[in-house]
Order: sequence, then C-alpha cells, then structure tokens
Amino acid sequence: MKNIFAVAGIVIKELYRRKDFYVLFIVTILICLVMASVNIFNDAKIVRYLKEICLLLVWLSSLVIAITTTARQIPAERENRTLLPLLAKPLTRPQLIIGKFLGCWLACGLTLLCFYIFFGALAASREHQWPLLNYFQAATLHWFMLGIVVAMTLLGSLVFAAPSSNSTILFVIVGGILFVGRHLDQVALTLHEPIRTIVYSIYFAIPHLELFDVRDLVIHNWPLIPWLYFSLALLYALGYIAIFLTGACLVFRRKAVN
Amino acid sequence: MNSPRPFVLLLLALLVSCFGLAAHLQPQFQAWRGSRAKGDIFNVVLGDSRRMFANQFYVKADEYYHSGYYPTMFDDNAAFQTTHMAADTGAVNDKNHGDEHGFLGPTRNWIDAFGRNFFPDRHTHLDEGGANDDLSGSENVREILPWLKLSADLDPDNVQTYTVTAFWLRMRMNNAKEADAVLHEGLRNCPDSYDILFELGRLYYESYHDRDRARNVWEQGVRLWLKIYPTLDPEAQKDNRFIMEQLTTHLAKLEEDAGNLPHAIEWFQAAQKVSITPGEIQKQINRLKGKLGEEFNPLAKPLY
Repeated sequence: MKNIFAVAGIVIKELYRRKDFYVLFIVTILICLVMASVNIFNDAKIVRYLKEICLLLVWLSSLVIAITTTARQIPAERENRTLLPLLAKPLTRPQLIIGKFLGCWLACGLTLLCFYIFFGALAASREHQWPLLNYFQAATLHWFMLGIVVAMTLLGSLVFAAPSSNSTILFVIVGGILFVGRHLDQVALTLHEPIRTIVYSIYFAIPHLELFDVRDLVIHNWPLIPWLYFSLALLYALGYIAIFLTGACLVFRRKAVN
Repeated sequence: MNSPRPFVLLLLALLVSCFGLAAHLQPQFQAWRGSRAKGDIFNVVLGDSRRMFANQFYVKADEYYHSGYYPTMFDDNAAFQTTHMAADTGAVNDKNHGDEHGFLGPTRNWIDAFGRNFFPDRHTHLDEGGANDDLSGSENVREILPWLKLSADLDPDNVQTYTVTAFWLRMRMNNAKEADAVLHEGLRNCPDSYDILFELGRLYYESYHDRDRARNVWEQGVRLWLKIYPTLDPEAQKDNRFIMEQLTTHLAKLEEDAGNLPHAIEWFQAAQKVSITPGEIQKQINRLKGKLGEEFNPLAKPLY
C-alpha cells in the first residue's frame, strides 16, 4: 500500500503543479459570475438557471481534468524513460496501475471539492439555504463516476497509441453513454437482428455513467436519493472500476515498458 | 541603402484604396437584406438558425416548469405536444393527450428501474408546489423566466414566448409592470398578434382593472383576427379559432360586468361561431337573455 500511495502522491502533486485545474476553475467562476449579473425581470431570486450552468461547467471541467490527466500518465512515464526505473524499484506493475488510478481519482476528488464548494456558495447566495446532504450525494456520485472514467482512461492509455487519441476516444465514449446510454435498449428495439442483439448487449455491458448524473435533482431541489440506492450506485461504480483496473493490469503485464 | 519612401507611398495608396472601397461598399451592405450587421449579437452570430435554438430554450422553460421531469425524444411525448406552461395560461389550444404522469411507462429492465431513482420521476408543476409539493412556493414559477427571455431574444417573432412570460409574471409573481413591458415589446416585434392583444387585455382587465383599455385592446384583437383568419391554411385556422373564442368570451364577460347585456349577448354569439362547445355558450346566452328580460320587465319576477 505504501508504494501505491507514493505513486498516488506524485500524481496529485503533478495536478496542482499544472495549470489545467486553475484555468478551468477560474473560467467556471467567471462565466457563472457573468451569468449571475444578468438582470431577469428585476427578480434577484431566480437561481436554477445559474445552478444548471454552474453544474454543467463543473461536469465538463471535471471530465476534461479526469481524462486528460489520466491519459498522459503512463505514456509520459514511457516517453520520459522513467517507467523502467520506477518498475526497477520494489514496485510491481499492478501497484503502479493502482497508484496511478488512485492518484488521478483523488486529484479529481480534490478538484470536485473546490468546484462544489463554489457551487454551494453560488446557490446559497440566491436561495439562502444549503442542502448539504443533497450536495454530498451529488458530489459523491459524480466522484465515483469519475472513478470509472479514470479507470477506463487508464486502460485506454495502455491500448491506444497516443494520449490524444485515447482522450478523444474516451470523450466520445463518455459523451455517448451520458447522452444515449439510458435509451440504448429502446433504440435496440427499433433495429433488426443481429444488430438488435449487439446493441442490447452493449446496453447491459457499458457502465451507465448517466446514473451518476443527478444534476436535475439538485437544480430543482428534489428530495434526497434513498440511501440504499445511493449506496448501490457506489457499489456499481466500484464494480466497474475493479473491472477496468483488472483489465489494465492484465494488459500492462504483457506490455513492453521501454 | 534603399529608401523607405516607395514602401510608405505604397502603404498609403493601399490605405486610400481600402478606405475608398469600404466607403463604396458600406451603403450597399447596409441596404442588403441579408446583412446581419443590423441585428443583435444572436443575429450576428447565429443568423436564422437562432430560431432553432429559441425553440430549444422554450422547451427548456417547460422542462423547468416540470422541475426536470420531462420526456426525451425516446419517450412517449403525446402528453407534451403543447407545453404545459403555455396550456395552463388558458390562451393556447391544448393538443395534449395521453398520460402525462407516466410517459416513462413500466420499467423495462433492472437498469431502467434502478436508474429511475436518480432523476425526477414524478409529474409536478412549479406553480402547484413543484418537486416538494409546497403550494406556498408557487412563485417558484419564476425559474422558467430566464429561458423564456433567452428564447424571446433569439426568436422575437414567437408570439407565445411573450404571452406565456407575461402571464406568469402577472399571475404568480404579481409583477404586472414587467408583464406589461414584455407584452409591449412583443407588440413592437409582432404588431399583428391578436394573442398578445388578448394577453394585454387580460392584464388591463384583471391586474389594472381598466375596463376601457381592455375593451379597446380586445376589440382590436378581434378586428385583427377577422383580417388575418381568412389568409391562414385550414390547420392554422383550426388552431386560431380558440383565441377568437377567448377574445369574444372575455369581451362578453367584460360587457356583462359593465351592465351592457345586449353587447355581451352579441359577443357570446360571436364566440359560438368558433367554439367547439357551442352548447355551453348557448347556456350563457340564455342566462343573459333571462337577466335582460328581468331587467326590462321587473313585474315578471316571481312574487314569492
């Protein structure tokens, strides 16, 4: 575990040395403040459009940070020729993969914490209430969703040639799942065999990232998600994280490191 | 060493040509109908495609009206053909049918059943309490306004955006002044709109209690309707009968309140011609005729 946390610590340090997070965070703040300054029929209590814009930016920023940070981890080690010395130390290949994953995931968690604190402050400035448990559920589900994305990207970085192609493919896959993942079974019903079976199989095989998108519940002040379903969703995410990490470890086991 | 003079002169010559060309083209560009330079920022950036976005934002407002519970293109949206926020104003012909509460249908599989815990899955309206069923919070309907405003900015020719915005501003936020401004902006953009005139009349009558201005505006609406109706295609004519019924029945009600019963009867008779429920209006006419008879023949009143 010590080795894993050492690798994770380096990844977190790398994130706060890079400018991606700061740029995205400042852009989010600026856009939200500009939108908040718009006068809508002289009513200062209108807030939901602002929450929606802020959460959309938080989601976009977090996905950009998660995918781009993770995609360059192993290729960068290989390019800088630091991968071999790393593995020469008492660090196994699975430990490196898990360390990288943990580092990226924790880094995403830290960025989410900043984003959600800003979001909470922005919403509270208009709504004069702070539904902390709702925000906790939304942020936690978001973080676990990012865990799946990070694990997928890590696997992708071992399969695809370059970080750019990996990032692009991951953006397309994640976007596709978020937009149509929930409806793939309905789409399948309109198709002919054997495409129907293939699409239906994809529906059951993919990680349903859209489950973790509870923005509508937060924006429109819906009651809390039942804790049982909330916990099951986290378990569902952990299951997919384990699958992708196992896949990454298996691919990396046979991968040439030089 | 080469002298820079030729280059300076060439630069000057180019600047003069540019200036001359710009001065020559500018009047033609201003007169050109396809120019985007006259419009606002949306017109410059998006051109006519802004209308497509305007409709998206209009639907977004209705999604907010339902606190996020809204059908996607994959769901059964027969019950959402007319936006509910517009249908609830009473000024729009409601084409909805089907089950608005259960467009999701029965659960299809375990993923679908599980997923329904993570998005709004209950039909509510913001003016009826919204997601928390809190009837004291009906002014939360204000949340639809940013999208309506954006929709109106993108497509200033969409009449419904103005009428819906004004209705909710007036009814739930008690902001008649802003509603008045929205409707007048609508009239500037769509001067021949009897829908806007109808809503403006309601504002004058119900919020300002100004009977004369309401009468003038509604009568102007009727005149415009009579002028425009014959030019519409049959489907549009069918849709537009509803607003004429609304205009005439409101005028009838106004005249009845003013004590002009013969006028009220005339307006109800006009409404009967376009109504899908002429029988109901006939009852109103009979009631008014009875009232009129009592007025002019007091002895006809029962003695006991």
